Amino acid sequence: MLPLLVLVSLFSFAIIQLMPGDYLTRARLDPQIKQETLNALARRYGLDKPFMTRYLAWVKGILTRGDFGTSFETRQPVFFTLFLGSRLQWTLVVSISTMIITWLFAIPLGIYSATHQYKASDHGLTFFGFLGLSIPNFFFALVVLWLLVAVFKVGNYGLGIGGLFDNRFIAAPWSVAKLGNLLWHIWPAWLVIGTSGMAGLLRYMRGSLLDTLSLQYVQTARAKGLSEHIVVYKHAVRNAINPLVSMLGMTLPNLVAGSLVTAIVLNLPTVERAFWSALQMQDEYVIMGGLLFFSLFLLLGNLLADILLAWVDPRIRYN
Amino acid sequence: MIGLRRKKGLDEELEYREYVSLSQGQMIWRAFRKHRLGNIGTVIVVVLVSAAVFAEFFAPYHYAEQFRLYPFSPPTTFHFRTEDRFTLRPFVYKTTREFDPETYQPTFVEDSSKKYHIRFFVRGYEYRLLGLFKTNVHLFGARANDGSEVPVFLLGTDTFGRDLLSRTLIGGRISLAVGPLVILFSFPFSIVLGGLSGYYGGGIDMFLQRFGEVFMAIPALPILLAMGAALGGFGLSATMIFLGIIVSLSVISWAGGARVIRGQVLAIREMDFVTAAKAAGANDLRIILRHITPNVMSYLVVAATLTIPYMMLTEAALSFLGYGVREPMTSWGQLLNAATNISGIEQHPWLLIPGVFIVVGVLAFNFMGDALRDAVDPFTIV
Repeated sequence: MLPLLVLVSLFSFAIIQLMPGDYLTRARLDPQIKQETLNALARRYGLDKPFMTRYLAWVKGILTRGDFGTSFETRQPVFFTLFLGSRLQWTLVVSISTMIITWLFAIPLGIYSATHQYKASDHGLTFFGFLGLSIPNFFFALVVLWLLVAVFKVGNYGLGIGGLFDNRFIAAPWSVAKLGNLLWHIWPAWLVIGTSGMAGLLRYMRGSLLDTLSLQYVQTARAKGLSEHIVVYKHAVRNAINPLVSMLGMTLPNLVAGSLVTAIVLNLPTVERAFWSALQMQDEYVIMGGLLFFSLFLLLGNLLADILLAWVDPRIRYN
Repeated sequence: MIGLRRKKGLDEELEYREYVSLSQGQMIWRAFRKHRLGNIGTVIVVVLVSAAVFAEFFAPYHYAEQFRLYPFSPPTTFHFRTEDRFTLRPFVYKTTREFDPETYQPTFVEDSSKKYHIRFFVRGYEYRLLGLFKTNVHLFGARANDGSEVPVFLLGTDTFGRDLLSRTLIGGRISLAVGPLVILFSFPFSIVLGGLSGYYGGGIDMFLQRFGEVFMAIPALPILLAMGAALGGFGLSATMIFLGIIVSLSVISWAGGARVIRGQVLAIREMDFVTAAKAAGANDLRIILRHITPNVMSYLVVAATLTIPYMMLTEAALSFLGYGVREPMTSWGQLLNAATNISGIEQHPWLLIPGVFIVVGVLAFNFMGDALRDAVDPFTIV
């Protein structure tokens, strides 16, 4: 895992070096800033040194001091810029709650779809699943915003749009009203991000359950005279859900990276948004930190998937 | 393999059954025809592709032409009712932009003194159909009886008064081309590297898989955004940036394909017919080309069909955020870039229409791919 992260960071660092100009490009255009100041700034940020030197200095900083570099924009360590203002917390809240909701809907619907194979309801669910998969997140978010603002005119009812809270709640202590306000702001994110992951999960559950239902032990259970309910839920679903558990670990990182666009459109104060503003400002070290964070999440997710799978299914063993 | 085919005999009353042998392709085609949503999807794909190929014919105006008098014009209203009766010949009125005296909001007011009838196959700007035939015929336009013309904006206009329909049609070319182009760039790598990895195994396999894992551990969208930003600064032309986007998408996506192909090749390599070919003295190249490739082929077709919608979505997201396709080039995602802020959408909701094309296009490709997968699956050996 660690060598992977090193290679990923090297690759990302190379891409970022390719980005035109650097943070000082704007400063250079400003006639009020003297050449000496520019040189001093370039030296301070190491912008005058060759690529490998900068990369190694950056890696050394991480390993020796846990220092991921400094943001050019906020003059704060990258760590603060990316995670400050409880950004990390909101990223986790948004992703994990979305994931739970997706699973709560997708699994029962997948079971329903499998037990009603080729019925109209099965086709209908497949269609809506694919529809959710095919709507780009950003477009769906725009449409939801447009519906709320222009069609339902929620502004007239004192309901705000975008972000996670109305302004008056941001600094307020936690209360039922604040929680309600959070729920009002977060459901578009659930809807937009959730629908894109729903189809895959639903289809997977359906396929897995159909495979299991055709196995002989299910036939035996039926032959014993067990009720269909017990056959499906106690015998088939328990086994059919195993391969899905491995998806649990893999969907989480997808959610984090996938909600990038949604966070931008819906203006959610998450890590993704900090990454996005850094990208626009060409704030190199923050971009690097963000990319590392997303990769780490991806790798951790895969690890989690392997562990969960081995835990759920004792037959699977890794050497 | 044996299939069943109904045949009508010379005697129309008598219907008899005849057993015929079907090739693998024929069986796949039969199974594909049964998937209703897949068939609908295929029809939509064909319609969208033809609309993109003949975009200039369907587009009433050049996609970059700016109608200075019509910025943010809403879709033109078609009238079917004259003073006294209903008519099947729709007509439009000339509109002029006026400002609300109180709010100073621009509105377009119809001047109902003169009717401009919608006419088909009208003359407009000159273009080359399919890049070959010089012509200036366009599908429709509006002209009054005295010969004067007025612009028709079926989907409204953008901030520069450019016709959104024409832009959507031209943009469709880019949006639909992204998937196939990425496949063209990335599949050769996936096939060769995945094939080598699966066929030879051992050290090569180990090295190539670890190499591929790096690319799979990179979060796609964030790195694509960074790549898109990097592309933007070399003063490249829009075409070169577009090619750069294609290459970046290929760099990100080849590894996943290579891994699946490796698995397929690995499984086929253990099949009896490969052992038989080896025993018969066939060399590696012959086994790869004649025995393994045909079996992976059907998988490749399915994978390609399902890659297209994914690439369309990714390109749309990139272009929407301003790091994908750039002006003067346009794509469906790039057109939505004009609809980023909510007050803009509130006043000009028609700017969202290109998004509907993305949804329909991606949905159609997904259904087509799904049907193809179902059709191919039972008839492949692995």
